[in-house]
Amino acid sequence: MIEFTMPSLGADMEAGTLSEWLVKAGDKVKRGDIIAVVDTQKGLIDIEVFDEGVIQKLVTKEGEKVPVGSVLALILSDKEQGNVKEEKPEISPIIEAKATEKVAVVPPARIKASPLAKKIASDQGIDLTNIKGTGEEGVITKEDVEKAIAAKEKPQEVKRAASSETIRMAIAAAMSKSNKEIPHYYLQTKIDMRNSLNWLSEANKQRSLKNRLLPVALLLKATAKALTIVPDLNAYWENGLQRKADINIGFVISLRGGGLMIPAIHDGAKKSVDEIMATLSDIIPRARVMKLRSSELSDSTITVTNLGEGSVETVFGVIYPPQVAIVGFGNISEQPWAENGMLDVRPVLSVTLAADHRATDGHIGSRFLTELNNILQNPEAI
Amino acid sequence: MNNNNTIQLTYREALKQSIRQALQKDERVFLMGEDVGRYGGAFAVSKGLLQEFGPERIMDTPLSESGFVGAGIGAAIAGMRPVVEVMTVNFGLLAMDQIVNNAATLYHMSGGQVNVPLVLRMSSGIGRQLAAQHSHSWEPLFAHIPGLKIVSVGTHEDARQVLLAALEESDPVIIFEYTSMLNLESEISTNPETVDLVHAKIRKEGKDISIITYGAAVYKSLEAALDLAAKGIDAEVVDIRMLRPLDETTIFTSVSKTHHALLVEDAWRSISISSEISALIMEKSFYELDSPVQRLGGVEVPIPYPKHLEDACVPQKEDIVKKVIKMLHHD
Repeated sequence: MIEFTMPSLGADMEAGTLSEWLVKAGDKVKRGDIIAVVDTQKGLIDIEVFDEGVIQKLVTKEGEKVPVGSVLALILSDKEQGNVKEEKPEISPIIEAKATEKVAVVPPARIKASPLAKKIASDQGIDLTNIKGTGEEGVITKEDVEKAIAAKEKPQEVKRAASSETIRMAIAAAMSKSNKEIPHYYLQTKIDMRNSLNWLSEANKQRSLKNRLLPVALLLKATAKALTIVPDLNAYWENGLQRKADINIGFVISLRGGGLMIPAIHDGAKKSVDEIMATLSDIIPRARVMKLRSSELSDSTITVTNLGEGSVETVFGVIYPPQVAIVGFGNISEQPWAENGMLDVRPVLSVTLAADHRATDGHIGSRFLTELNNILQNPEAI
Repeated sequence: MNNNNTIQLTYREALKQSIRQALQKDERVFLMGEDVGRYGGAFAVSKGLLQEFGPERIMDTPLSESGFVGAGIGAAIAGMRPVVEVMTVNFGLLAMDQIVNNAATLYHMSGGQVNVPLVLRMSSGIGRQLAAQHSHSWEPLFAHIPGLKIVSVGTHEDARQVLLAALEESDPVIIFEYTSMLNLESEISTNPETVDLVHAKIRKEGKDISIITYGAAVYKSLEAALDLAAKGIDAEVVDIRMLRPLDETTIFTSVSKTHHALLVEDAWRSISISSEISALIMEKSFYELDSPVQRLGGVEVPIPYPKHLEDACVPQKEDIVKKVIKMLHHD
């Protein structure tokens, strides 16, 4: 039996309220399915499941507030289901084999809805797959569809958004903890971006307007690549340095109403610059309406803050615990640049690193910034 | 109990008044059947009419349903307006050949030259412990036959008016009256609304579910609707009234409003009026349905003699209430 538990959606989260179940006992789930909505300080968050199987029991009721790590539901994995059948002693081997076969065939989930509900849904463009039926045996009725229409008409922000006050409190808690517990050290360097910008402008010539690459996508890719060479910064500090295998860069997105969201860009090292750009295009609007998935909120292994859009040249970050580093990008501006005894004007980027001195020393941080510079000087090799 | 606008009377009295009015209104009208004259009718519906109208117009017949229904058909063809009483629907089977092969068919066989303006009245249903040879609800059996008009008299207003409308028809009409309701009193208007043989009648408007019914189940459905109202369910009660031809429009309009339909009748459940209407709703109002059409019908046994078993054989008010709650609240 697999236990589906209340996830930690940030170091500051101690408990969450199970706001809504999107599945019921007997439903089949697969990795990545969103099966519950949890109310946190960061608003209502869609919670994904990471296992495959059948929901055996919903342990936590809707509206219940439980600590991080509490069992929310029990999931019977596909393998276990097979076992249950095999344990029956009276069945002869041949029949048993058949029975097991039968179990393996999972019929496609047919949505039961009344003819009227289906008609209204089709007229109004409502997707029945996300509606929970309240009719007999879970049939979707007219009332259920009408509720879904009403919910759709209400702007999502109203329903999902945590108040800016609760977000403020969450940031306050995490940043206080960081400043209290983490001995930061700070490094700064300037990087000549001429090669990178030239490479980008060449690359964008072959791309449609929609698929154009922004400098930040290249910077994130370069950061991920540098972390493969200096893995000590891609880690948690939890009873010592815990390196993380996947490089999931948390990208700071400021909200229009104040406050921040830091969704993770999963597996940055394995993604191409185009893929990172696509991820950003997907994630930024969702972060702004606080429609992030639980994995995007909890999986970051390092944070990048980018103030390049404004006139700020340099940003020194505060580490998001239990991570051990935060990289800051300022804007790219033309500056006098001395090289080989000559003075030139180059597009220059100021990069900073704030790192946890318990976990690493300045030497490691320096190596990271050096590697980052090397990568950005040779963008064609990225 | 008589004031300016309404009159309190039994279902039996309402039937008698309609026969009396018909006899007064048109001298071609006469009543014929077993015991209708000297005895005053097996259920006392025609008591006193022999004295008032004489043996030419209130005619006792031998126990010979095929014979006197056939005689009625002949009289109708010859220009009279016969009202033939068949004591119970069970005896109606003895006249089935006359009803199907002559009354319902002659207009067709004569190429439209011969109309049969016959009115047949039959008592139907349980209620007087007359057991399995006198108590059935065979409306569906007769409603199956093209060429007939079938009316079911589910209320006092209709008991007072339906016969008069039937006598206006130029084709055979069978009127089903309900033995169990004869002594039931109700208040009706002294000047009741005329009835046509086309339309069903909404007996109570509602928005949550359509209870579609006829005959003895109409009052039970109305009582159930009262109970349901106390539970916050606003049921509409549709009295089908015309079992052939069916008033589909009224039925579909109601279902389109409430999106839930429960069909209630005393007749055996399978191959019934409900079966037919359920199929029609499915064919023509499918996309208006928010739950499957449900039926409450008679238990499929010969009607038993004991009172409690008789009652158990047909849907009662409590059954209707329970079924509606299950349909709408799923418990």
